[in-house]
Amino acid sequence: MIGQLAIAFPANLGPIYLPALVPYIALVIWLGFVLTILPGLIWIERVVIALMQDRSGPNRVGPRGLLQPTADVIKLFFKEDVLPENVDVRIYYIAPVIAVILAFAACGTLVLDAIPFVDAEGRQFTVPLTVGDVNIGLLYILAMASLQVYGIVLAGWASNNKYSLLGGLRASAQVISYELAMGLALLCAILMAGSLRLGDIVEAQATRLPFPGAPEFLRGSILAWFWLGTGLIPVVLYTIAMVAETNRAPFDLPEAESELIAGFHTEYSSMKFAMFFTSEYVAMLTVSGLNAAVFWGGWLPPLNVAPFTLIPGVLWFIIKVMMGIFLYTWLRATLPRLRYDALMALGWKRMLPLALVWLFVLAGANLALERRASSAPLPTPEAGAIVPRMRSTGGPASITGQPPASAEPGPQTPVPGSMEAPASNGAP
Amino acid sequence: MITTEHYLVLSAILFTVGTIGVLVKRNPIVIFMCIELMLNAANLTLVALGRHFGQVNGQMYVIFALAVAAAEVSVGLGIIVAIFRTKETINIDEVNLMKF
Amino acid sequence: MLILFWILALTCVGASIAMVVTQNPVRSALYLVITFLCVAVFYVMLSAQFLAAVQIIVYAGAIMVLFLFVIMLLNLGAPQALRERGTLQPFFAAVLGTAFVVMLLLSNSLVALSKVRPAAPPEVYVPLGTVEGIGKNLFDPKQPWILPFEITSILLLVAIVGAVIMAKRRIQDHTP
Repeated sequence: MIGQLAIAFPANLGPIYLPALVPYIALVIWLGFVLTILPGLIWIERVVIALMQDRSGPNRVGPRGLLQPTADVIKLFFKEDVLPENVDVRIYYIAPVIAVILAFAACGTLVLDAIPFVDAEGRQFTVPLTVGDVNIGLLYILAMASLQVYGIVLAGWASNNKYSLLGGLRASAQVISYELAMGLALLCAILMAGSLRLGDIVEAQATRLPFPGAPEFLRGSILAWFWLGTGLIPVVLYTIAMVAETNRAPFDLPEAESELIAGFHTEYSSMKFAMFFTSEYVAMLTVSGLNAAVFWGGWLPPLNVAPFTLIPGVLWFIIKVMMGIFLYTWLRATLPRLRYDALMALGWKRMLPLALVWLFVLAGANLALERRASSAPLPTPEAGAIVPRMRSTGGPASITGQPPASAEPGPQTPVPGSMEAPASNGAP
Repeated sequence: MITTEHYLVLSAILFTVGTIGVLVKRNPIVIFMCIELMLNAANLTLVALGRHFGQVNGQMYVIFALAVAAAEVSVGLGIIVAIFRTKETINIDEVNLMKF
Repeated sequence: MLILFWILALTCVGASIAMVVTQNPVRSALYLVITFLCVAVFYVMLSAQFLAAVQIIVYAGAIMVLFLFVIMLLNLGAPQALRERGTLQPFFAAVLGTAFVVMLLLSNSLVALSKVRPAAPPEVYVPLGTVEGIGKNLFDPKQPWILPFEITSILLLVAIVGAVIMAKRRIQDHTP
């Protein structure tokens, strides 16, 4: 994406200011992708697991079992909706709704692509293809992900079933525990990018060299992305934590079928069960999308050469998301379920200290690099990426590909629009 | 037009509801929740006043209040679990000894 | 905006009152979550986006889940342990509370506030609560926040140790 903005859309098409439409396009693309892929995901998962376990998998309905998801959906629609006795009816009904709404809400700040625009004066700028380009984008996804546990906990509590209750208890403890490691792993990438805006994080990867003195054609390539750039440990920690956050195998203790029947959704049937199912898969897509954007370069092609750059960024993003889904399936097919105390020990005693130590190491290394860069005459792009860029909301986003202009005097420069001036004025 | 006074009155009401809850409830967990509500009301006041004076310092206080609230909850819930384990009840009318 | 404010304010106050009135601790926790989410939206309206996200992550995502966890954990042991007794207290509490709110409304501070013009009109977005703004102010050597920040970290550490010791099983439990 660097300096290659050959195709750019005109910003003003008659009276319509096109960048204002970008959030709606993003919503349509992402929702369309999620809703069409959802039944397919189940088929993919079953086929992949069957291949890995040397079975034939679904093969009855349609060619190669392709219509199996359709049959499943129809079956779920026509199942009887059972209301068990002595449940807390209101919470019992609202729990799956909470789960599914929060799952869909979480993708609100995922950035799918950067669309180049050119305005009437010929200036080029890019607008991130996302529903909400807010400066707390990553925090928003984390917040929604942490709220998703309510659906599970409430379902477990309202069902009036001891297995459900145990599943809900396990889910709450598990999600709280793994959120910490997840947040710290993401913090490593935030440290490198200097922004919580997902678009900025991807752009920071686009302008990055894999190592100082690397050849120019590697700038923004797969070697420069944050999976390697943060030292490989954060991406491993994040991947483990994301599996645990979405309660998937081998961390599917809230619904461990060999111990808890079906865990928190034991008492749910028909469409309410389908809602839990949907929310789980949408959450998987969202955390995989976050993984792709933060550690795997979002919409960037793996190399900035011809066959890769011809594929649009959205497709790259979706390919990366689907690789995350494949990883989920792979883990599910190969690893046995953890014991509960082993799960807690892994989260608190291994991952959390490791993430903390690594954050320290990375911050120190970054600081050293920055010192060296600020004493050198020409700043490296790493040092430039650390300078926070303040943007006015609503206006066109910054021009990609250009290193920030304020990179040279170091990060102490007062950035226009920062809060220093009014804050030191004191009360009137 | 929303003025700062709107927010102040709202947070006063929320604070009062929290206070009443602390005084009335017999379940220490719910009492804790009411304390959290009072803290939130205070935070809302701080943010609203910070906005009024165009300062970010009001939000600084809220960050520290959040950290204190998290610490308070973890210790408080630990105490409640410990009390429940030794006395088999958490009704605060029955938990009236400092030692058992 | 004003309509949004009133809807949210009524939801917020209603949920908080419901939290106090209901006898079921799980319902109480849920009403409190609604209140917290409303407060988070108020933060956004007061241009404190970072705090809004942190409010949701810390309060709704961590603290309230911890509350629910403990409620469910204790319910497992004895379902009757959390029942309340009815007394005349709620009536007096409501009367006193109303008096308190009226007193606050009639107090002098609101009048004094209205004499100070706000720094920016309420509808205008000011970049106060962005991550950059908060971070710069928090770690600015000219501002007095660095020492409290460090002390907060010690406080959290103490809280972790305290919680572990509180929740730890006593030694005599192992040797009955």
